[in-house]
Amino acid sequence: MRRHVEPPAPPFVRIYPGSSEPPNDHPSRGGTAVVISLLTLSILAGVGFVAVYWNGANTQLLGGCLALVFLGLGCALVVWARKLMLHQEAVAPREPLPSEAEDRQAVFKDFYPGAPRIQRRKVVTWMSTAVVGVLAAAVISSLRSFYGRSPLAVQLTTPIWKRGQQLVSDTGEKVTVNSLELRSATIVFPDDKIGDVRAQAVLLRVPPDALRLPWNRRDWAPQGYVAYSRVCTHAGCPVGEFESNIGLLLCPCHQSTFDVLNGAQPTSGPAARPLPQLPLYADPEGNLRAAGDFTAPPGPGYWSIPS
Amino acid sequence: MILPRLARWMDTRLRLSKPAREVLNHVFPDHWSFMLGEIALYSFIVLVVTGAFLVMFFNNSAASVVYHGSYRAMDGVRMSAAYRSALKLSFDVPAGLLVRQMHHWASLIFLAAIVAHLSRIFFTGAYRRPREINWIIGLTLLLFALFNGYLGYSMADDLLSGMGVRIAYSITMSIPLLGPWMAYVFFGGTVPTSATVPRFYGMHIFFVPAIIATLIALHLLVIWRQYHTNYPGPGRTNRTIVGSHLWPTYTAKSIALFCFVIGLIAALGGLVQIDPIWVYGPNNAVAALSGAQPDWYLGWIEGAMRLFPGANLRIGGWLIPELFFSAVLFPALIFLGLYLYPFFERWAIYDDQDHNVLKLPYQTPVKTAFGCALFVLLLVVFFAGSDDVISIAGNYSVTNIRTILQVLFFIAPAATAVLVYAGCRFWREKREGLRVE
Repeated sequence: MRRHVEPPAPPFVRIYPGSSEPPNDHPSRGGTAVVISLLTLSILAGVGFVAVYWNGANTQLLGGCLALVFLGLGCALVVWARKLMLHQEAVAPREPLPSEAEDRQAVFKDFYPGAPRIQRRKVVTWMSTAVVGVLAAAVISSLRSFYGRSPLAVQLTTPIWKRGQQLVSDTGEKVTVNSLELRSATIVFPDDKIGDVRAQAVLLRVPPDALRLPWNRRDWAPQGYVAYSRVCTHAGCPVGEFESNIGLLLCPCHQSTFDVLNGAQPTSGPAARPLPQLPLYADPEGNLRAAGDFTAPPGPGYWSIPS
Repeated sequence: MILPRLARWMDTRLRLSKPAREVLNHVFPDHWSFMLGEIALYSFIVLVVTGAFLVMFFNNSAASVVYHGSYRAMDGVRMSAAYRSALKLSFDVPAGLLVRQMHHWASLIFLAAIVAHLSRIFFTGAYRRPREINWIIGLTLLLFALFNGYLGYSMADDLLSGMGVRIAYSITMSIPLLGPWMAYVFFGGTVPTSATVPRFYGMHIFFVPAIIATLIALHLLVIWRQYHTNYPGPGRTNRTIVGSHLWPTYTAKSIALFCFVIGLIAALGGLVQIDPIWVYGPNNAVAALSGAQPDWYLGWIEGAMRLFPGANLRIGGWLIPELFFSAVLFPALIFLGLYLYPFFERWAIYDDQDHNVLKLPYQTPVKTAFGCALFVLLLVVFFAGSDDVISIAGNYSVTNIRTILQVLFFIAPAATAVLVYAGCRFWREKREGLRVE
């Protein structure tokens, strides 16, 4: 025989006497009509969605139909809940949060049944801890798999430009002393690394007598051609905008500016370090070549970056 | 009727009547501000469902391919397979663009609802004992939600997301001592690498959502166990919970809210364009967009990066880059402060009681003033994140805007704190006729 257990009366439910809303025992006729029309809207919108989907699937119409399906359904539910359902405020007691003392003790007793039997407990504890530590070390060292072939330090400080390397444009054309108009800029790469992020440099042509480079860099700008790393020292964005009238390079990401006449020192904005300079010389044919590597590793700063 | 028969069938196998009854009669307070967390929950469900659709079409490969699709403007352009699949999803998959835009809008709403919910909890004191556990779970949820939002919009491999990846790489690099190692482990080498998109994909679609779902489940379990708080009012005491039973009114209203959340997201996803990746173009490591902005929830970090002055701090030959202060330390301190706040407050006012009745913001003037000051501070850095856009829109100089915001960073929160404190005291005297000691 099927066992049927009559659940006891709800132990903690009562209508709160101070409730502002009286119990609503009489579902309103108007409410039902509104619910039915809202559900109709919802159904029609759903049919609309399918129709739109099979006829070109216009994004706006699809989104609109889907929105109407759910807005209609949601509104119907609200009207149903507010007009047609019984309102009653309920009050329930909260059990005090900590368990009874004897329950707590019983749990501890069940949890530690074997504890007193362990011999040399300290050694066992220490060795278990050691296992966890060794395992953690194993997991952490396997993180090494997550970065490329070569060790970190090698990747960060690999030489980029070699002395004598020809400057080329992003399409691979040789850059010469006639390539740029005065007060203009272009992007250049070494001839073997076109498109390389770390190698990219901005080449500018400025009036030679306007340059204020440090004395040890005075030969690095043949005929007013000066080149800097194009990677911002703040957050690594390409410093792509040259404001020729004020001689500033502007980073589009965080608006740092660099003075191209003065060794690309930062003049405003969040960048703190100058753009590394690329020393240049012009060979007898007038081709622009690198006279060495950047003055510092290009890009954002890090802990062990050489100063 | 099928329902009673099904119920009887289940009950004879699972003995469900009593627990079912407890569930149906569980008491939930009725107040609009208690719905904010529900909005977050429902937008998360929308995220999972729309995400399950998107994942079928997205290709997580950085391999270089040439585009030949129905978007003629980009025919023959070289791009990553990931970006091509996102374009294909937007132009060639029926309803693909709708679902993609719904997914993106849902993420914005998810984060907005979490932040609004967090503010409600903070300003009404719902984090106090015994609810510190859920405060901590909730903040951790926010962290993972921020992280997953970032991963999501960085995966499409368009030019804007490429910029975001480069900036995140630079931020990671800036961490003292560990930074370069962390950046290499996370991004797979010097950005750009072909490892980034597959990694972001793995984390975005599986690892982080699994953590978020687990945390949401824990969050709800704890709420169920502890009940909600109540706003102060007649009959609301520390020993009782006043509200509606879960069934039927509350359930109907909650499902209605679910419908509204889906409806809103569908309307936005269909009618309001978001993240038009075909306008940005494919990721190009030597190019950048001007006027680039992150999604709104990262605006405060972006703004801090722009506002913090260039400081070249070297300690014994080691560099601490400026990004570390603005993009690592500043957010870390904000979150640390939030994590510790309930414990700090308990210590500061010698309070070790359980609190099941909320306080209205004006009843706790010091905390409300502090919270509003923090909000204004975040608002200032948020606007700093758009200084270039403001500059172009209003034809102001970026330098001037930055200087003004740098000053406001200190003055505006202080002024807000004073004003809000005075306002709370005035309101409290007026409402309660009490003098605040």
